[in-house]
Amino acid sequence: MSDIQSETDLVYVRDEMLSQSPPPHRESGPVGWLRKNLFSSLSNTVLTLIALYVIWIVVPPLIDFALVQAVWSGDSRDVCTTINQGGIQPNGWFGACWPYVKDYFAQFIYGRYPVEERWRVNIVFVLFVIGVVPLLVPTAPFKSINLIYMAVVFPVAALLLLTGGHMEFESMIGIGRELAPLGSGLDFWIEYALLTLVVLGIAYAWARGTGAPAGGLLKLVLTMMLALAAVIFVLSLDLGLEFVPTSIWGGLLVTLVIAITGIAASLPLGVVLALGRRSDMPIVRFACVVFIEFWRGVPLITVLFMSSVMLPLFLPEGVSFDKLLRALIGVALFSAAYMAEVIRGGLQAIPKGQYEGADAVGLAYWQKMRLIILPQALTLVIPGIVNTFIGLFKDTTLVLIIGLFDFLGQIQSSFTDPSWSTPVQATTAYFFAACVYWIFCFSMSRYSIFTENRLRTGHAR
Amino acid sequence: MAAQDVLPSRKGSSGFSALNDQRVRGVIFQVLLIVAIVSFAWWIIHNTAANLRAQGIGFGFGILRDSAGFQINQTLIDYQETSSYVRVYFVGLLNTLLVSFIGVILATIIGFIVGISRLSKNWVVAKAAYVYIEVLRNIPLLLQIFIWYFAVLRLLPAKRDAIDLGPFGLLNIAGWYAPNPVLGRGFALVAAAFIIGIVATFVLRAWARRRQMATGQIFPLFRVALALIIGLPLVAYFVAGFAFANPPFSLEYPTPGNFGPRGGLRVFPEFIGLLMALSFYTASFIAEIVRAGILAVPNGQTEASYSLGLRPGHTLRLVVIPQAMRVIIPPLTSQYLNLTKNSSLAVAIAYPDLVSVFAGTALNQTGRAVEFILITMATYLTISLVTSLFMNWYNRSVALVER
Repeated sequence: MSDIQSETDLVYVRDEMLSQSPPPHRESGPVGWLRKNLFSSLSNTVLTLIALYVIWIVVPPLIDFALVQAVWSGDSRDVCTTINQGGIQPNGWFGACWPYVKDYFAQFIYGRYPVEERWRVNIVFVLFVIGVVPLLVPTAPFKSINLIYMAVVFPVAALLLLTGGHMEFESMIGIGRELAPLGSGLDFWIEYALLTLVVLGIAYAWARGTGAPAGGLLKLVLTMMLALAAVIFVLSLDLGLEFVPTSIWGGLLVTLVIAITGIAASLPLGVVLALGRRSDMPIVRFACVVFIEFWRGVPLITVLFMSSVMLPLFLPEGVSFDKLLRALIGVALFSAAYMAEVIRGGLQAIPKGQYEGADAVGLAYWQKMRLIILPQALTLVIPGIVNTFIGLFKDTTLVLIIGLFDFLGQIQSSFTDPSWSTPVQATTAYFFAACVYWIFCFSMSRYSIFTENRLRTGHAR
Repeated sequence: MAAQDVLPSRKGSSGFSALNDQRVRGVIFQVLLIVAIVSFAWWIIHNTAANLRAQGIGFGFGILRDSAGFQINQTLIDYQETSSYVRVYFVGLLNTLLVSFIGVILATIIGFIVGISRLSKNWVVAKAAYVYIEVLRNIPLLLQIFIWYFAVLRLLPAKRDAIDLGPFGLLNIAGWYAPNPVLGRGFALVAAAFIIGIVATFVLRAWARRRQMATGQIFPLFRVALALIIGLPLVAYFVAGFAFANPPFSLEYPTPGNFGPRGGLRVFPEFIGLLMALSFYTASFIAEIVRAGILAVPNGQTEASYSLGLRPGHTLRLVVIPQAMRVIIPPLTSQYLNLTKNSSLAVAIAYPDLVSVFAGTALNQTGRAVEFILITMATYLTISLVTSLFMNWYNRSVALVER
């Protein structure tokens, strides 16, 4: 009874929910966040303080140098030197000298490319952006037209614009010189025609030998030879553009030329090497393994040394290559080995069923690769390809060691100009260069992460 | 082939030939490849020989015995101007190995700290590590070497002044003057004690493991090992000091002077600049590898370990790290190799490494491009192969043994 008694004795019973009170001040808002994330324990507090100290010794001096103390305008070295050094700044001043960068900016981009011809470089930059942006946007239409533009139209146009065209193609084996009327300039074309006939003959013999219809193969070979002839013809034309030798190219132009040519050449080469390394034919596999491991085992700088001092020895007497072209060959072979390993990763990631399925529907090796395996494998390794490109882009700086003037090389060479020579010059220039390289590489790495996330379909947990 | 017995042979009737047999094609293709490679190699050798003859340059490795005739500032082995190119090679190789070895250790330490910080629950620490990684790995290494060498180290005081680092010697623009170890008479005793300590630790570890397997009792190995490796040489140090009446090991400190500090062990600024750039750059890649490796261990492993009653420290050391190492080691190896290969950028700031003195100065002096470049490339290939083999062996020893 006592139980009931006690219940009825209750004076007050709450019949509605109490509204929630806000969390204690110390647990919410910025203070709570700080307590939870930075000062939750003694060790955590120590870590926070260490991190803050490291940030304190690195960041403020950089900001002070690049923004606060920096000089933004002026036209001689006086504005960037202290009174002791013969300038106008107070002694002990240490800041960035931006007028120097502004003065040299065009040279950092174009090198010693003639001023009145720089519009050609600008057009190449624009043509590149027009081609590459829709290629990188996965949803953009006309991918195949875009690819043809980037693989054929753009390189030819860029070569024509940058060098000025009217290249001379000479007879290669001397037959042309015998057959062509003297001075007609037809010696090269006669040899080219002969070469085309020989290639057509081989293609016909192969088609007869395997019993396949010859028409399609011959048409393909003929189209390719004619297309190549058209390209050579355009390049040999005199379009009224002044010839600009590669020895006076420089700056960002050379950096981009090396990086883009390197990656463009290494992609097809890398595909061939990767396929070769997974081939059933032991000799092919062995040759590819040796090639890949050799280039991956040596530093790029020795490769560049080799291409600059040994390559001329490898060629027949009298044949000489441009310095830039020699570096390009070295870079292309080097990055092809890395590219091959990236692509091999993609090939291995394709399920075995895809290979077996292609075999089951009766596709031949190259059909299987072209139609089934490579499209999947290459999409899979886009992030890897972009990462290889980032590495290559950073590695282009090494060409300055063999005396080419890439972006960094051009910056280094600007130090010899006495008109801007100050104690802060090198620091300013390196700060600027670091920012430029960082913007390029960081944006590319973001793109790589973007494609990675796009490709991650169905595996998300 | 069995298939040929079943299928009606089309030979002769509709143009079927051996060319359609995949094996025959394979053989033809491989023969063509060999012919192409051999003729290409022959073409190159033929051209090279003709070019060398035309330029009046000989070929042969006998030139390596000639006297080099140039100075090298940092030499780990005895070297004079009159020494041969073979000696130049070894000086360069040792300098390469020195900067790579110390660089690998530093990069691993920094990389692990940054990589673990990146996963820290502490917001400032995690973000600082993130910014470190993204900044350092997106700037070309050569530029970073230039920044360290031409910008950062140039901020140091001039030759006659120096920053006093206390027990670590003096630092100025001419380099770091570290205390120079001077070995006394009884040093052999201390060294012997050190080696005995290490050997004893290994023996003890084997015994402790066996005992733990058998009885489950844990032996406080770490503390005993510390006592053996540090305590034993310390005792030997004092014993030898009393016995021979002079310390077996002492440090000679540099003293500041008008023409730069005197005494001490001079570490050249080229070495410091290269080492700093290599370590900090490679550390940013190692940090990402470490982070990926730790994230690859499923959270269930940690939870299971806690539910068995292991403390967080033990969980990390006995459960998480051994599993993470399996993911970390293969890419870590390639980073070590990258660091070694990247040390060849020393040529840009004239640190006397293999490429700089052997494929650079010596090559320019003799004009023997082929021999010197080939030897240099072969050396790097050997280093790469030996490191890969060693790391593969180690990798196999920690790999998951599946039944």
